[in-house]
Amino acid sequence: MMDVERKLEILADAAKYDASCASSGTEQRDSSDGKGLGSTAPGMGICHSYAPDGRCISLLKVLLTNACNYDCLYCVNRASSNVRRARFTVDEVVKLTLDFYRRNYIEGLFLSSGIIRSADYTMEQVVSVARKLREQHHFRGYIHLKTIPEADDALIAEAGKYADRLSINIEMPEETSLAKFAPEKDVRAIRRTMGRLRLKLDEAAEARATKTKPPRFAPAGQSTQMIVGADSASDNTILKTSANLYGAYRLKRVYYSAFSPIPDASRALPLIAPPLVREHRLYQADWLMRFYGFDVGEIVDGTASGMLPLDIDPKLAWALRHRERFPLDVNRASREELLRVPGFGRKAVDRIIATRRISAIRTADLARLHIPRNKALPFIVLSDHRPSARLLDAEGLAERFKPKATQLGFGF
Amino acid sequence: MHTITLDSATDFDGWRKAARLLALNDVQPQDVTWTVRGGEPELFAAEMDELPEATEGTFNVPAKFVELAKAVILHRNPERFALLYRLLWRLRGHHDLLNAATDADVAEINAMARAVHRDEHKMHAFVRFREIGREQKAHYVAWFEPEHHIVELAAPFFAKRFADMPWSILTPDVCAHWDGHEIAITPGVARSEAPGEDRLEETWRRYYAAIFNPARLKVKAMQTEMPQKYWRNLPEASMIKPLIESAERATSTMIANEPTEPHKPQQRQDAPMASKARKTADETTGTIEQLREEAAGCRACPLWKNATQTVFGEGPQTASIMLVGEQPGDKEDLAGKPFVGPAGLMLDRALGEAGIDRRKAYVTNAVKHFKFVPRGKIRLHQKPATPEIRACRQWYERELAAIKPDLVVALGATAAQSVLGKITPINRNRGHLIEQDGTKVLVTVHPSYLLRLPDENAKALEYQRFVDDLKIAAGWLRRSARAA
Repeated sequence: MMDVERKLEILADAAKYDASCASSGTEQRDSSDGKGLGSTAPGMGICHSYAPDGRCISLLKVLLTNACNYDCLYCVNRASSNVRRARFTVDEVVKLTLDFYRRNYIEGLFLSSGIIRSADYTMEQVVSVARKLREQHHFRGYIHLKTIPEADDALIAEAGKYADRLSINIEMPEETSLAKFAPEKDVRAIRRTMGRLRLKLDEAAEARATKTKPPRFAPAGQSTQMIVGADSASDNTILKTSANLYGAYRLKRVYYSAFSPIPDASRALPLIAPPLVREHRLYQADWLMRFYGFDVGEIVDGTASGMLPLDIDPKLAWALRHRERFPLDVNRASREELLRVPGFGRKAVDRIIATRRISAIRTADLARLHIPRNKALPFIVLSDHRPSARLLDAEGLAERFKPKATQLGFGF
Repeated sequence: MHTITLDSATDFDGWRKAARLLALNDVQPQDVTWTVRGGEPELFAAEMDELPEATEGTFNVPAKFVELAKAVILHRNPERFALLYRLLWRLRGHHDLLNAATDADVAEINAMARAVHRDEHKMHAFVRFREIGREQKAHYVAWFEPEHHIVELAAPFFAKRFADMPWSILTPDVCAHWDGHEIAITPGVARSEAPGEDRLEETWRRYYAAIFNPARLKVKAMQTEMPQKYWRNLPEASMIKPLIESAERATSTMIANEPTEPHKPQQRQDAPMASKARKTADETTGTIEQLREEAAGCRACPLWKNATQTVFGEGPQTASIMLVGEQPGDKEDLAGKPFVGPAGLMLDRALGEAGIDRRKAYVTNAVKHFKFVPRGKIRLHQKPATPEIRACRQWYERELAAIKPDLVVALGATAAQSVLGKITPINRNRGHLIEQDGTKVLVTVHPSYLLRLPDENAKALEYQRFVDDLKIAAGWLRRSARAA
C-alpha cells in the first residue's frame, strides 16, 4: 500500500504540465460567518510560493489518478508510458487540501484526472472531491476542476456549482495534430463541451444581472491550454486558434505551454529544451489581442513564416513594420493610439491620460511613468522631444532593440 | 519650528489631526518635524514653537489622498509623515495634483503606497502556520517578518479566511491573534517564541519538489516574485538550492534515456470520445437520426473548421411542415440546436400567433455550420456564400426526402435560394405558395431581419406581415390535413 506522500509526489508530478495555477477572478467569499473554512481573493489571486521554474504555486495541483485509457503522445500519463501509477481516494485529496489550506500553503485545489472507465465515471470522481469539500467541510477556498469532454450535462452542472473555474485543454493548435498525437481525443468533442460550458456561464451571468436566483456556475469562467512546439503549427496558427476560442467560448485565458521533455517520453516528439522565449512571445501577443486592441491578423502580418520574432516583443515588431504611424504625439494621441506605442503598458497609458490634463509630458517624466525610454523614444513626440525623421526611417532602427550579444564562457 | 510627536509608528489619526491643525494655521511643511513617541529624540533640534491653538474650520482633500495616506503611514520610511504633510499642503491649492503621476512627490507617495500593499499581499501569501496541539485543541502559529508596519492591516484577511481556527501571527513589531471572535494585537516577540516545525512541512516540501518542472529553470522569475528576504520563513525554501542544482541533470536524463517498451494497458473499457461523432450511417437515405450522425462529420465546405459543431435539423420525422432558416447563429452553434437564440424566440412567438405548433414542425437551416468572423469577445455573423449554400444543399435534400413534409417554409433569402435552387427575391415571391418538385413552398423573411430593424413602427409592421405569411402556411396545412 502506497502512502499518501508517495501518491502526492506521483500525482503532482503528473499534473505539473498544466500551466494554469490561477486563483483569480472569482466571486468574493469568506468564512466570517464562523461556519467553514476559507476565503477567496477576488481580483488578483494569491501565489503562495514560486518554484525555481518561475511558476506560481497557488493551488494544490494534482491528478486524482494518473492511470489513463488515452494514449496521447505528448502526455506523461499516456496509457503506454511506464511511469508509476497511483490513485488518490476522494478522502485523501480532501484531507490534503484542508491540511495545506490551514497552514496557508495554498488558495485551494486544482483537480484533474486521467480518463478511467468512462468520461462520466471520471467526471463523477472529480466532482465528488469538490462536493465533499464544499458540502461537508464548507470549504470556501478556490476550486478549479478539469472538465472531461462529453461528460453528462448534470455532472457538468454540478462541477460548475462547486468550482470557481472549469477548464478543458484544447492541447494542440491544429485539429490534424491532435488527431496524430492524441488519436482518442476529438477537437469537436472538446469544442462542444466548451460550448456547453459557455451556455451555462451565460445563463448564470444573465441570472446575476436580472437578480433572479442564479444557478451558480463557475464564477471564474473557463480556460484552456495549448501545447507549443510539439507540432509544427506556426505562431499565426496558434493565435488564430486562440482568437477563435476567445470569441466562441469567452475563455478567461488561453495558456500556452512550451512542450518540455517528460520522463519516459515518446520518440515521436522533439525532446529538446522547451521553447520558453516563444511561449513568452505568444503570451505577449495574446495580451495584445485582449487588452491592446490588436486584431489577430495584425500581430503576425509581414512575417512570412507566420512566426513572431524571438528577439523583440510583438508590439515593437508591429511598430517597426508600421513606421508610417509614428512618431505619435503623446500629449495629443488617443488612448487606442497610445496603447500601440512600444513600451507603453495599460497602466502607463492611464497615467499619461490623467497627467497630461494637468501638465505636458516631457522626456524626464518617462521614468516616473515606468516607461522604458530607449524603446519608446524613437516612436513618440513629447513637449521637449521629437525623434529625427532619419531615425524612424533608418534601416538600422530594428537593430537598436535587439539584445546585445553576450560573451559566452567568460568569468574564468 | 514645530515638533509633532505621534503615538505610534502607524498613528494615522494622530497624523491627520496634527496635519489638519498645521495646515489651517498655514504652517509651512519645512517648519514641521515629525517624531514618534519612544523614538529617538532629535539631537540639536531647533527651538520648538508650541503647536498652534485649535482653529475652527476644515478643508477638503480628495478621498484618494486619505486612502493613500492610510497606506503610506505604514511604510518604514521615517520621512513618510513629512512627505504626506508636504503633499497635503500642495493639494490645498491644487486639487488635481494626485493625477499628475509625473510630479516627484506624487510619484514617491504612490511608490510607497504600492510597496505597502505589495508587502501586505506578500504577507497574505507567505505566512506559514504551524500547528500546536491536535484536533479540537489545535492552535496555528506563524512567524513572519514584514518589511513595513502591515500586521494590523493584513490581519483581517486571516480572520475572515481562518474564522474557525485560533491562530497567532508573531512578528518582531507586533503580534496578531484570533480566537474565533476578535483580533487582538500584542507587542512583538523574538523568533524563538514561535514553533520550529509542523508535521506537514515534509509533505509540503515533497509537493513543492514534485510540482517543479526541471526542464524550464527560471530562477530569476522566481526571485522577482518571491524575493530571498522571505525565504528564511518559508519551509519549502530549503528545497530551492538542491532543486536548481539537480535540474540540469534531471532534464538531460529525461532526454537521453533510451525509449522504453510501451506499456500495454490491461483494460480499456470505454470507447474513445470521438466514436460518437464518427460513426458512418447509410450513405444515401436514412432516418433523421442517421442523417444527423453522418452530418456531424461533414467537411463539404470549410465552414466546419471555425465552428463548434454541425447544427442539424430538429423535429418529428412525421412533421407536415418544414421550416428552413439561413444558418445557425452564435447560440445555436454552442447548443447544437437550430433556432434557440433571439431569432428562435421571435420565430416561436410568430408561429404561435399564426397557429402553428413549433413542436410539430421540423426546423432546420440551409447552411448547417455557423459562419462568422471573431471580433474580440464576440463572433460577428456572416452571410453564407453561394458555394457554401450549394455544398450544404445535399443535407436539405436528404432531410426533405426523410421528412416528406406537405409544406416547406423558407425563411430569408439564403433559405429561399437553397429550397428553390436559385436566387429568389423575398418581396416579389412572398404571400403565396410556390410549387417546387411536387412540394408546396412558402417564402418569407428571416426572423433575425425583424430583430435588426431599428424603427419600432417598421418592426411592428414587418412582424405582422411575417405572421400573415405564416398564417397562409397554417391555412394550407389545415386544408391538406382535412383532405388526407
